[in-house]
Amino acid sequence: MFPATLPTRLLAAFGLVVSVAACSSTPATTTPDTFSVWDPYPQFTAESEWAKTIDKCGSEAGVKIQRQAYDTTDLTSKVLLAAQQGTAPHVLVLDNPVVSTLAEGGVLKANSEAGLDASQVSPNLAAAGTLNGQTYGVPIGANTLALYYNKAVLSAAGVDPASVKDWDSLNAALAKVKAAGKKGITFSAIGTEEGTFQFLPWFWGANGSLTDLPSGKSALELWKSWLDNGYAPNSIVNNTQTTSWQEFATGEYAFAENGTWQLGNAKKAGFEYGVIPIPGRTGGTAPAPTGGEFVTVPVQNNKDTETKAGRIATCLTAPDKVLAADTALTYISAVPSVQQQQVSAQPELAVWVEAVKSAKGRTGDNLGTKYPKISQPLWGAVQAALTGAKTPEAALRDAQAAVK
Amino acid sequence: MRSRLAAWAFLLPLVAYLAVCYAYPLFTNVDLSIRGYTVRSFVHGGAPLVGFANYATVFGDPTFRTALVNTVLFTLVSLFFQYTIGLAAALFFARGFRLSATLRALFLVPWLLPLIVSASTWAWLLNSESGLVNAVLEGVGLTQVNWLTSPQWSLVAVTIANIWIGIPFNLVVLYSGLQNIPREVYEASALDGANGWQTFWRVTFPLLRPVSAITLLLGLVYTLKVFDVIWIMTKGGPSGSSTTLATWSYELGFGNMLPRFGPSAAVGNVLILIAVVAGLLYIRMQRRQELS
Repeated sequence: MFPATLPTRLLAAFGLVVSVAACSSTPATTTPDTFSVWDPYPQFTAESEWAKTIDKCGSEAGVKIQRQAYDTTDLTSKVLLAAQQGTAPHVLVLDNPVVSTLAEGGVLKANSEAGLDASQVSPNLAAAGTLNGQTYGVPIGANTLALYYNKAVLSAAGVDPASVKDWDSLNAALAKVKAAGKKGITFSAIGTEEGTFQFLPWFWGANGSLTDLPSGKSALELWKSWLDNGYAPNSIVNNTQTTSWQEFATGEYAFAENGTWQLGNAKKAGFEYGVIPIPGRTGGTAPAPTGGEFVTVPVQNNKDTETKAGRIATCLTAPDKVLAADTALTYISAVPSVQQQQVSAQPELAVWVEAVKSAKGRTGDNLGTKYPKISQPLWGAVQAALTGAKTPEAALRDAQAAVK
Repeated sequence: MRSRLAAWAFLLPLVAYLAVCYAYPLFTNVDLSIRGYTVRSFVHGGAPLVGFANYATVFGDPTFRTALVNTVLFTLVSLFFQYTIGLAAALFFARGFRLSATLRALFLVPWLLPLIVSASTWAWLLNSESGLVNAVLEGVGLTQVNWLTSPQWSLVAVTIANIWIGIPFNLVVLYSGLQNIPREVYEASALDGANGWQTFWRVTFPLLRPVSAITLLLGLVYTLKVFDVIWIMTKGGPSGSSTTLATWSYELGFGNMLPRFGPSAAVGNVLILIAVVAGLLYIRMQRRQELS
């Protein structure tokens, strides 16, 4: 028996040491005041400029920051669950079309109560966060859609990009590209919010109104004609904006409808590219929908906490801080004076600044929480028309009937 | 008395586990489905009881019919091919030949891959523009198929991917079932002069029936709730043509900026009900088998 007891004792002693060590490692002091910040930028690590900016804003407010990054599509449901459990983050960076939904759900604090100020921001960008006369949060920046083009493909087809001024000239350009043996245009018409986002510039460019979907039928007819004429690939029906970009990056396509955030990838594509605004049906720049996030303050049960969170949010959207974040995200700032700084530093951003100026919030026009109920039937209509299940007109009429 | 207490103590972990991981979520889901939740009432409470209104909404929605038909087609076709191909492969490997163990291990790869990987790979293969499958079809002189982007083919495409994913499971279970069939029965049938075909239908298949039944039942439950493969490949589209009850439930609850938890939970419960019915059928079948 004896040989067995020694190791047993040793083991017991070892266990004791470990447990004592474990006990002593837990801090005896109270935890410092830590504020949580949730954002949809998982691509930014703790070493990124964005994470550092958050920490800086935390220390300016005298608190520690715990940052948590989620995928955009996950963030809304995560926030709803957290709010239900009373554990909502103190500061929330949120995709702009969701702001009015969460505001109406009583999850977000209005700017007037949280001490935020969106008066510096261009009104067309702040509109997405405005509900019943109150604004919820401040946009951190904006992105929108425009047409990227491949210089080599266009010049081989004998198309001058400056000649694309309206839908007719765009169609003529696509016909020339196809005749030259290249592919015309790629975009995303997937059955999610992304599909509606990509469709809206054409829909609004045809003077369509989201409260009367059939009014924009010429936009859907345009898309359908591109498929029928072979100007656009069939894969658009299932393309996300990322897969559509990958198609453009093959160098086979003349045009791609895509966003500001692809600028970094465009430089890596290995061919010369340019950007033109999306033309309206009869000319001019079509209003594209605004993308980008709002920095918001969720409701807490403590006025002091909300005020402090408001200070952090204000700091994050302050002109000097926001430039770094917008540069990292390749966003256009929401503040006109910062936009000018961006253009003087990077002249190629000028076309995007113009696009953002004429852009329109999806939840604007006082649609607010009605927008998601319109957007879903709309992407369904786009898919039904493109796959030939319904005519564009019938598809939009049915979609309008489905809006409750 | 003491032994009684001990018995309860042994029972406690299981009961706690069942209550926390099964009963409570199920109860919550039923509760969600009979209340009229908005975003506000989800967060702040106070959603009114609406009885079966959510179910009425769901059943009245034209998508319900499509989703139900798609679910049935997807499940039955998947099960049929998974089982037949799995059984054929199991019979092939049961003969045991050089490197058969290695090859069998390779067959398990689809099962081991994370679903996001296999579904994305299939989405790439079946892409209209740059997919390998279409390149091959064109190479042998056939017309290209818009696998993921035409309403006629999208359900076929996701079913093919799901069959491929499900074969290894059938192979493994049926293979071990085959190992349990006594050698003597085969010897006897060989002595009686049965050919390969007769041996299969008269010996192997009947003796494999209990294993087949459980394989098919598990397969049914797995397939009914398949979500990832379809969502990654087609998002249930184009225009709802590959929507099943599982993807529709997710779409209602999380696929939109405005979550509709009530109808989403209602669809989920319908799905659970279908699976329970299948389970009950299996138990009845098994009981009858034990009696005979």
